[in-house]
Amino acid sequence: MTDLTKYNYVLQHADNCLILGQRLGEWCGHGPILEQDIAMTNISLDLIGQARMWYQYAAEIQNEGKSEDDIAYLRDAWGYRNVLLVEQPNGDFAQTIFRQFLYDTYSCYFYEALMNSSDERLAAIAAKSHKEALYHIKWSGDWVIRLGDGTEESHNRMVAAVQELWSYAGELIKPNETEAKAHEEGYGVDLSAIKEKRDAKIREVLTEATLEVPESTYAHEGGKDGRHSEHLGYILADLQFLQRAYPGLEW
Amino acid sequence: MDIKSLEDRFNEKIDEDVRIEPKDWMPDNYRKTLIRQISQHAHSEIVGMLPEANWISRAPTLRRKAAALAKVQDEAGHGLYLYSACETLGVERDQLLQDLHSGKAKYSSIFNYPTLTWADMGAIGWLVDGAAIMNQVPLCRASYGPYARAMVRVCKEESFHQRQGFEIMLTLCKGSEEQKKMAQDALNRWWWPSLMMFGPTDEASTHTEQSMRWGIKRFTNDELRQKFVDATKPQADLLGITIPDKDLKWNEERGHYDFGEINWEEFFNVIKGNGPCNKQRVDARKSAYDNGAWVREAAAAHAEKKSKKQAAA
Amino acid sequence: MKNWPLWEIFIRSKAGLNHKHVGSLHAADEEMAIQNARDVYTRRNEGVSIWVVKSEHITASDPDDSDPLYEPAKDKVYRHPTFYDLPDEVKHM
Repeated sequence: MTDLTKYNYVLQHADNCLILGQRLGEWCGHGPILEQDIAMTNISLDLIGQARMWYQYAAEIQNEGKSEDDIAYLRDAWGYRNVLLVEQPNGDFAQTIFRQFLYDTYSCYFYEALMNSSDERLAAIAAKSHKEALYHIKWSGDWVIRLGDGTEESHNRMVAAVQELWSYAGELIKPNETEAKAHEEGYGVDLSAIKEKRDAKIREVLTEATLEVPESTYAHEGGKDGRHSEHLGYILADLQFLQRAYPGLEW
Repeated sequence: MDIKSLEDRFNEKIDEDVRIEPKDWMPDNYRKTLIRQISQHAHSEIVGMLPEANWISRAPTLRRKAAALAKVQDEAGHGLYLYSACETLGVERDQLLQDLHSGKAKYSSIFNYPTLTWADMGAIGWLVDGAAIMNQVPLCRASYGPYARAMVRVCKEESFHQRQGFEIMLTLCKGSEEQKKMAQDALNRWWWPSLMMFGPTDEASTHTEQSMRWGIKRFTNDELRQKFVDATKPQADLLGITIPDKDLKWNEERGHYDFGEINWEEFFNVIKGNGPCNKQRVDARKSAYDNGAWVREAAAAHAEKKSKKQAAA
Repeated sequence: MKNWPLWEIFIRSKAGLNHKHVGSLHAADEEMAIQNARDVYTRRNEGVSIWVVKSEHITASDPDDSDPLYEPAKDKVYRHPTFYDLPDEVKHM
């Protein structure tokens, strides 16, 4: 391993994409209407595609002859560095939408900033992913507004989703040691610089959706350093089943 | 124009292979048969998403996961194209879905079988999509325009499905003993239900003659089934796995493979609702629909508010 | 409940070409119709521009009128370039 910090930095983002893509994929075949079933699968596909770019780069940095799949599939929960938000269950459509919206408001500005990374590979991953993220935020933002300012039932469900997930919003933009160091070294994003834009976007959309922005700033954290919620183990049980039951094979 | 001359003109068009379009006059029975056939096909696409979606979370590599997602998503798209074609005949999608949920409408009975191992993803792509393509390609020339056009789109997209299925099988068959066993087991379970996908024998088929006359069916069930067996046997040989039919052998005289008797009792039982997963499949579709009701209502309500605001501005 | 209306979707497959009807779908409003069209009808890179029109806003000609509508154009051969004889020396006109 040449650069452990960069490896961990890349893994954090790879894992975010994979776990959220995996969660969204659970909707496939069960969406509220065909058109949205297809839309959610598109986002899931974008995220899995992004995850692959990140893992491939992680494998190169690690330089131990491992493949994207070795890294994606063969760690235990403490080795995953995704934020807690993305492993939260799908819940109802409102929760899925709000989870997506919180992730999109982060990833959009994150990728925008990462396009200026001193690391060309990171900048390239960012350029491709940013376009996708722009579409995702439009989709999830529109749905936050529709549901918030729709019927009484949808409004109440959105209020519940915001309550349920708000405490996972903070971790996204609070740098851990890896991110702080990555920023110092010039290839990582300064999260404090995107916080303001992100918060403003959340406020703008929630306001249009006739929803209140919660005052609490309490944030659950630890995911980025491998301390997860109970949900992740079950996600991994599904994800890794074949690789674990039949180790070392081609699929 | 009186009914007789309308009918004559309709038949003339059918004979000349001119497409019938939504606003054209058509016999009631033609319309009804089309609605039944197209919606049945649409239902098969969206119910067909379920057995495969079952394995998306467990796909063994990221590449396979992406392919599985894209494939199952395509099926949603195909369902959508076909429901749209059906709507041009004057039935709303919502009505069609209610018929599916109530059990009034049928879908392909193959999707009432479970997907037990990863090899089932291969077998479904290879056999089920293979059989579907045999059925569907001729329908690109169906006499009803919107149906034919939907089928052109479906067939274009479907071609990657069978290939990805066969590739999964090939990888397994070249793999470990356990993987090969997995592939053989999947073939054993999916072979006969795949043959049943072509429907009852020509002798027992009630709709074939009229549907052929109307150009909404281009080959008989038995013709297509034979074509499928002929195409698939060499592929199984290439994979090095055995089709579970001791009567399957080349018939030099006919220039086709002979094959064993299909268990029609099983077929009719699954159609009647006694397949291993009939209930789960319809329940899953129903709950997606019911749990989505508030979402659809909310979006409709919001759209109305928005347009009122725009009108007031 | 009121169902989402049906929309007809038109896609420009390449810069410079006409938008072409590709099919229909359901959406609650025009913006969603565009997004759905993008997700449903351009998954394989099929488009660079999308039009959506509520199906109820399409007016179609009546097939029973097809004789008076289209027959009269059939014998106007002088509208086509091949109607005019030119000497072989004049190439490409």
